[in-house]
Amino acid sequence: MAALDPPQAPGLSTAPTNLLSGAARLFDYWAILYKRTWKGSAISSFVTPLLYVVAMGVLLGGFIKGDPAKLDGATSYLAFVAPGMVAAQAMTTVFGEVTYPVMGMIKWNKSYFGMIASPLAVSEVILAHLGFVIFRVATTCAVFLAVMAPFGVFTSVAGVFAAFFVQLLIGAAFATPIYAFTAGLKDESAFSLVFRLGMIPLFLFSGAFFPISNLSRWMEALATVTPLWHGVDLTRMLTLGEVDWPLAAVHVAYLVTLTLAGWFWAVRRLSRRMVS
Amino acid sequence: MILARGLRKSFGDFEAVKGIDVDVRRGEAFGFLGPNGAGKSSTMRMVAAVSPVSGGELRILGMDPAVDGPSIRARVGVCPQEDTLDTELTVRDNLYVYGRYFGLPRKEVRSRVDELLEFVQLTEKSGSMVEDLSGGMKRRLTIARSLINRPDVLLLDEPTTGLDPQARHVVWDRLFRLKQQGVTLVLTTHYMDEAEQLCDRLVVMDKGVIVAEGSPLELIRAHSTREVAELRFGVGEHDAIAEKVSDLGDRVEVLPDRLLVYSEDGEEVIAKVHERGLQPAAVLVRRSTLEDVFLRLTGRTLVD
Amino acid sequence: MLTTSVGRAAASPVSAGEATGLLIYRNYLAYRRGWYIFVSGFLEPVFYLFSIGVGVGQLVTGFEFNGQQIPYAEFVAPGMLAASAMNGSLLDSTFNFFFKLKYNKLFDQMLATPLTTLDIARGELSWSLLRGGIYSAAFLLVMVAMGLVSSWWAVLVVPAALLIGLAFGGICMALTTFMRSWQDFEFVTLATLPMFLFSATFFPITAFPPAVRWVVECTPLYRGVVLCRELTTGALSWGSAVSVVYLVVMGLIGLAIVRRRLDALLLT
Repeated sequence: MAALDPPQAPGLSTAPTNLLSGAARLFDYWAILYKRTWKGSAISSFVTPLLYVVAMGVLLGGFIKGDPAKLDGATSYLAFVAPGMVAAQAMTTVFGEVTYPVMGMIKWNKSYFGMIASPLAVSEVILAHLGFVIFRVATTCAVFLAVMAPFGVFTSVAGVFAAFFVQLLIGAAFATPIYAFTAGLKDESAFSLVFRLGMIPLFLFSGAFFPISNLSRWMEALATVTPLWHGVDLTRMLTLGEVDWPLAAVHVAYLVTLTLAGWFWAVRRLSRRMVS
Repeated sequence: MILARGLRKSFGDFEAVKGIDVDVRRGEAFGFLGPNGAGKSSTMRMVAAVSPVSGGELRILGMDPAVDGPSIRARVGVCPQEDTLDTELTVRDNLYVYGRYFGLPRKEVRSRVDELLEFVQLTEKSGSMVEDLSGGMKRRLTIARSLINRPDVLLLDEPTTGLDPQARHVVWDRLFRLKQQGVTLVLTTHYMDEAEQLCDRLVVMDKGVIVAEGSPLELIRAHSTREVAELRFGVGEHDAIAEKVSDLGDRVEVLPDRLLVYSEDGEEVIAKVHERGLQPAAVLVRRSTLEDVFLRLTGRTLVD
Repeated sequence: MLTTSVGRAAASPVSAGEATGLLIYRNYLAYRRGWYIFVSGFLEPVFYLFSIGVGVGQLVTGFEFNGQQIPYAEFVAPGMLAASAMNGSLLDSTFNFFFKLKYNKLFDQMLATPLTTLDIARGELSWSLLRGGIYSAAFLLVMVAMGLVSSWWAVLVVPAALLIGLAFGGICMALTTFMRSWQDFEFVTLATLPMFLFSATFFPITAFPPAVRWVVECTPLYRGVVLCRELTTGALSWGSAVSVVYLVVMGLIGLAIVRRRLDALLLT
């Protein structure tokens, strides 16, 4: 063990200079983890969207008249439902990534405690984890969009690319608040409720499968305040190529605000939990 | 290396550490002894700069943890009580990613990982998943991980709790080598043999305060006698006999199955017991240990 | 000193009925604190019914089923009931069963008592069916309240849902005994999602070309969906009897395999 001698040898070990450089130190961790686990979800992340598009969009859509007046401007049910399902996919990916896995790193394998025993700060740990979540959203949504392209539901290439970036924003808007929520939970028993009473109603009633004007008036009002509706509507505008700019700006502002609020809440909740 | 004056830690109304003074010098092995709930782990977490100080003063490597937390953590190694290894990664990857947290270049980390695997005798296991390791191997891996930044101070919170005797000895052996190499060790334990083996100096904590301080030998001298005579009589006789022999030692303690007579000369105690016509079923003379000191200072009552 | 009195009553073998009752009681105790999870499980198919049946239904004109023209919600509702019977049973017989088998070692602990592996398989399945039965009955009430039921035969969808639960529960429990890690559950999703989407749950089977149609008609969920739909609309046929026999046979085969596999896995 000559190398350990003397132990106070040139201290290359340093404190990170800012939030980003700290989070960047966790890159290798997430990269190695992803390399080990990506296969587990690869098939389903490709097959799931394909099945949904064929079943709901093509087959069920075959029984629905392509009336733009009833479909928020889409000329076929397939073109209407496709962007809705991409946005919903962005959301469900996030729900999966920031519930049980975050709880695991805090409570079960305690990896976070190892991380903050190093020079890294809680906010850097959170940023790196959220960065990974957004990466997951990016890959699943990119696959989804690619799968749907041959069905002829997109009007322009630029629209598709814009829609892709909107998915990242939707992902972030869900990721930070739910992360914060998880960070303060004692155990995982609340998660089944989060999925059943949070994610599934959002998935089904936020305008992904039918225009929210089909809901009763107060349900419609409720749907317009959900983040997924903002995401779905924005995505749909872009893929249909009919952008209502002022409304689009509202959607973006809403999602950005939610992301930031969730971020500060997350940092506060996790710090309180881990550094006490 | 570590300096604490009137250090306090409270969680709400509960005061875990009630004002302690500690000096840890470069190159020494310093121990915190105490029963569960004595405040050892709270102290360690403050020293590791992951838990804010509630009161008093604390300096680690001359820095204030409230201001320079990350810089302190860059130069301290931490081996926590519960393993926080990443069970989804291999042995090698655990060390590698951890090294990266310290801002070390990839190449440098790789060479350190090889060295450390060698040091903790896990080279053959480098490709295994953490889940498949035994308790002792996990502990050694945690220790290796805490050395990845070549720390000036290594903090070990109950390093051998839950290990079998063989595994404990391997860990002790590695820690002893580190000490020889000049690494400052700070450890908590409730194993007296561990404290006697490893520590140059130690403090005994109980209910958040320091109740004794010194080298193992000094503590035994100050708080116990040189020898202990253990006498066994029939069940139920011990209380009555204790009265009869109470003058033979500095102190007599009655346990359910035996009497302990603390004295400078154990053989002499035995001889006198026989002189008084008492016939113990079994006798044993042994040297006082830290365990005697510990129980004397913190009591025999179970603390949970 | 504490003294423990040694129980004189000799442990006697437990009858099959008692054993099943005990296992159900054990699960009831475990779930008592999570009653809200139990309740929320019922809501999922109701949400789907409102979303797809009512929301999307406003866009669809309605289908013909066994010669009758029916509104879309009335078409989807029995499909959701059958699908949720399958999903509930799957969850219990795969994820939950795997957890008990591999992680909390519940069955090892049970087999240290006079209980047998068959008792365990039967008890777990009974619990799962009990839960599924309560869910289906509640869902049927929702359907009645929404005016989606047009025949007294509908009362029989609860036993029909139990049959679906039994058929999937047995087979999936058997498959779970072969699983090595959570990653293998990927295949469960890959097998059940297509069934959920394509078993005439959301659209009539006439949407498929003849060859595909033939394949779909042979899948268990399709048999369950059609059976439920025939009951709630009152349009029974000889096909209904075929579905019943199909599901019963599937359940029995599953149970036989589980029993063997559990013996092999746990009694080593």
